[in-house]
Amino acid sequence: MLQLFKFKGGVKPATNKAQSLVEPVAVAPLPSHVAIPLHQSIGGTPRPIVAVGDKVLKGQKIGEADGWISAAVHASTSGTVIHVGPQVVPHPSGLTADCVVIEPDGRDEWIARNPVDYRSLAPEAVRELLREAGVVGLGGAVFPTHGKLTAAKSVPMEEMVINGAECEPYITCDDMLMRERAVDVVRGAGVFRDLLQPKRVLIGIEDNKPEAVAAMQAAVRATGENFEVIAVPTRYPAGGAKQLIRVLTGKEVPASKRSTDLGVQCFNVATAYTAWRAIAHGEPVVSRLVTLTGNVDKPRNYEVLIGTPMDELLALAAPRSDTDGILMGGPMMGFLVPNFKVPVVKATNCLIAHSDALFPPKAPEMPCIRCGECARACPHELQPFEMYWFSRAKNFGKTQEYNVFDCIECGCCSFVCPSRIPLVQYFRFAKSEIWAREKEKNAAETAKTRFEFKQFRDEREKREKAEKLAKAAAAQAAKKAAEAQAATSAPEPVAPSPLDADQAVKKASIQAAMERAKAQREAAAARNTESLTADQQHEIEAIEARRIAAFGTDETTEK
Amino acid sequence: MDFSTPPYLLKNASVTRVMAQVLLALVPAIAVYAWLIGPAILIQIALATMTALVAETLMLKVRNRPLALFLTDGSAVVTGWLIALVFPPLAPWWLVVVGTLFAIVVAKHLYGGLGQNPFNPAMIAFAVCIVSFPAFMSQWPNQALHLGLLDQFQVIFGLMPRLDALTAATPLDALKTALKLDEAGIGVPALLANRNVYGSFAGHGWEWIALSYLVGGLWMWQRKIITWQVPTGFLGALFLISGALWLYHPDRFASPLFHLFAGGSMLGAFFIATDPVSGATTPRGKLIFGAGAGLLTYLIRVFGGYPDGVAFAVLLLNICVPLIDLYTQPPIFGMKDGK
Amino acid sequence: MISAIAVMALGAILLGAALGYASIKFKVEGDPLVDKIESILPQTQCGQCGFPGCKPYAEAIAKGGAEINLCPPGGAEGVRRLADLLGREVKALDAKEKPKSVAVIDENTCIGCTLCIQACPVDAIVGAAKQLHVIIEPLCTGCELCLPPCPVECISIEPIVETVDSWKWKYPVIAITPTDTPKAA
Repeated sequence: MLQLFKFKGGVKPATNKAQSLVEPVAVAPLPSHVAIPLHQSIGGTPRPIVAVGDKVLKGQKIGEADGWISAAVHASTSGTVIHVGPQVVPHPSGLTADCVVIEPDGRDEWIARNPVDYRSLAPEAVRELLREAGVVGLGGAVFPTHGKLTAAKSVPMEEMVINGAECEPYITCDDMLMRERAVDVVRGAGVFRDLLQPKRVLIGIEDNKPEAVAAMQAAVRATGENFEVIAVPTRYPAGGAKQLIRVLTGKEVPASKRSTDLGVQCFNVATAYTAWRAIAHGEPVVSRLVTLTGNVDKPRNYEVLIGTPMDELLALAAPRSDTDGILMGGPMMGFLVPNFKVPVVKATNCLIAHSDALFPPKAPEMPCIRCGECARACPHELQPFEMYWFSRAKNFGKTQEYNVFDCIECGCCSFVCPSRIPLVQYFRFAKSEIWAREKEKNAAETAKTRFEFKQFRDEREKREKAEKLAKAAAAQAAKKAAEAQAATSAPEPVAPSPLDADQAVKKASIQAAMERAKAQREAAAARNTESLTADQQHEIEAIEARRIAAFGTDETTEK
Repeated sequence: MDFSTPPYLLKNASVTRVMAQVLLALVPAIAVYAWLIGPAILIQIALATMTALVAETLMLKVRNRPLALFLTDGSAVVTGWLIALVFPPLAPWWLVVVGTLFAIVVAKHLYGGLGQNPFNPAMIAFAVCIVSFPAFMSQWPNQALHLGLLDQFQVIFGLMPRLDALTAATPLDALKTALKLDEAGIGVPALLANRNVYGSFAGHGWEWIALSYLVGGLWMWQRKIITWQVPTGFLGALFLISGALWLYHPDRFASPLFHLFAGGSMLGAFFIATDPVSGATTPRGKLIFGAGAGLLTYLIRVFGGYPDGVAFAVLLLNICVPLIDLYTQPPIFGMKDGK
Repeated sequence: MISAIAVMALGAILLGAALGYASIKFKVEGDPLVDKIESILPQTQCGQCGFPGCKPYAEAIAKGGAEINLCPPGGAEGVRRLADLLGREVKALDAKEKPKSVAVIDENTCIGCTLCIQACPVDAIVGAAKQLHVIIEPLCTGCELCLPPCPVECISIEPIVETVDSWKWKYPVIAITPTDTPKAA
């Protein structure tokens, strides 16, 4: 038996998981429309590649990944694009972001799905495939998974942790996933293992999920893998990546380091599952399991299309009449969505119908009495009350000195605070202020250097102008003198002036460059046209025609 | 739209609950006190509580703070009870009132109210009164006389002449005076043999009250109201220094057992030095804070000018809290090997 | 008497020598105060303070010739930080505080005259003669210096819209100050 480690702090709120575990996972019906935010993962915002009126198929790419740390976004059902533009998204700000809204045609028709044998591909190609399939961390952080699948150069990979802890109260989607689809989870973990080549693979599951542990153990046996399925003590936030790594390996990953620097990496079980679906079934991430629970009559887990409006989804669970809001995520780290119509996104693991009876409004905040409960509850062993004093006083330098950026915002400190101070809120405030100031400072520095360079350039230009004028004046004088001399001597054949020669050279080089560019264009046009279908040929011709209509042909516009 | 913030689940904790449990932990000691020394303590507690609440109300009004919220937090009541418990039970009524007023108005609210006071308000009250009214503050009841509730009431409110026979010194005071008067002396063990003054091991009657404080304190530790560091540091330091000197010269210095249970040691270790607002906050800091207070208590007691040293020791350590906290910040997650 | 004077004189000479040595040994190059002030200024180079750029303004403040409340882009926060640094009184900003903005060129009106390019202090406008000019948004400081030279008034200043990415968590509301308890009732 593996020796387990402990992390300090943590709390034990009532788990409230049993309610939504009674029924098996059901597939949610097609919604009236899906609104798919383009920005669903950390990193660059994908660019929309569809326009209003386009017909799309389920799984068709609608947003192109922007930069390496970014993942593609796909249509979650077949239908017609009816809107591309800002929509309210599930974000605590209540602001809008660009979305692609699709009206389903009801057929839910897939694109051509091409399973691949990832073993025959280069690791680089597998990472690219995951990026194109929109595979991101489904535990809540939505970090593009392919970005985590590279081992550190100098540190050998020791362990890979698969996170099935699911420590937040109410949420059961990972539990149900492991119970019902354990084999695919294990196979997905196998893909990650092959890419990272760790010595051991550890699957951590909180010990309040014995069924999931048993299912995963059976799946590991069935697939012949040597993964270790380990039940870890139930204590929030044992499912935080850093806490689970600590419990299973004894390693502590500080905020300033990547876990691969310590030879360990962590993935959520749902991420492993979607990675396997993408590779073995050619299905990009268009749906996920969502727990519907809280103030509802029929709590249950559903397989939900990304973009499904939350009110339509929650209606399946029959919310009670006093429901006054929807919590996305768990009650510890989740937030109330700005309105009921916002879409389900990849980060949506759970919707909890909120009512004052279930989550009583907070009693008024009292002054801090420095009792230190928060410091004892903090899993990162910070001193929340000290950070609170400083962030409250907007003394951000000091807040940072007390390591506010090591805070994982798990909410343990707020949970135990007898003065009911919204500590996490203060830390989020401090963090975003510090970031904003950092950005402003960088912008100011850039502006300053650019301003100084412009001044320098202006000076230089002035100087050069003056020099040129002086030279020209001198040349003028010399020419006059020469003319005076020429008048006296015999006339000579006029040689081309150096100025003319210069121009001729320049002209020739421009001509050459234009020729090169033309040649390149032609070469580009001729690529990959050998084995085209008739349809594709038509399409190309149509595009060419449009281009010529818009810009004229190369020959006519070139001067 | 409800803009309340995560987490939406909160533990059932409040300042009121914390304070109520502190009060509950004091109840056994108060019961023993009333039983062995006399019901006067109940009168003093009532006086101090009422004064504290009135002063709190006035100050909250002046400072424009919500009354209901802060009056029910229980912090003023805790301060009042502690003041009553450290003052002589037969002290005139105005002494407790003045002490409590000073504690609530000056030591607490002028510094910003709940959570902001750098000094322990109850100890400020004690220090102010023992400096200003040293005579009244050293008149402890003569346990040879057993007065009823009515008599004690009359003494406190000045309706009965304050006879010298009513009062006596505390065991700590008596021992100190005896040792001073008789330098060549009969020695501590012989002095302590006087059961009427020094009881079984640390003062007639008082030792059982101290024991009840210990019981209440352990209960608070078990309920996680306090942590082990401060009491351990306090009692540990007191034990070590008194033990060392006792071994060195048993005739001149009382035993550790006597010092642990005499005077305000137990009350100080579990109820006063553990005040979170004015105390150190880091685990190591608490240990240092407790040990410092225990050590100073002993030094003041044995070598200083006052019969007991808990109040001044705690106040002096209160001053050091920012420094202690600064230098005892625990390493954070992932940063333990100093990288 | 004589010896006392001698001792005092000797002391004065020694201390004077020490001070003189220190002033040479620990001489500070340049004026670090100007740099500190400049690091607080927002570097928009807009000249709204009446000085031709942030550095001249910083120098003027350091010399004591300028008030600290003349920088509108720095806002009240900037005034407060300057007051902190210099130990001066915080003053109200001498202008209306504006939200952070960027310049936007109306593509239909721009005639490609390059005048704004020359005016831009931070080279945030690109374009060539008779070509449409474009503002590089991340580099634009919103200084408004490109507005006056434009002959066709095609440049407008637009406040930066808050997006999900630039959104900041708000300061938690403290509910202690009111005299009545809001939720306990």
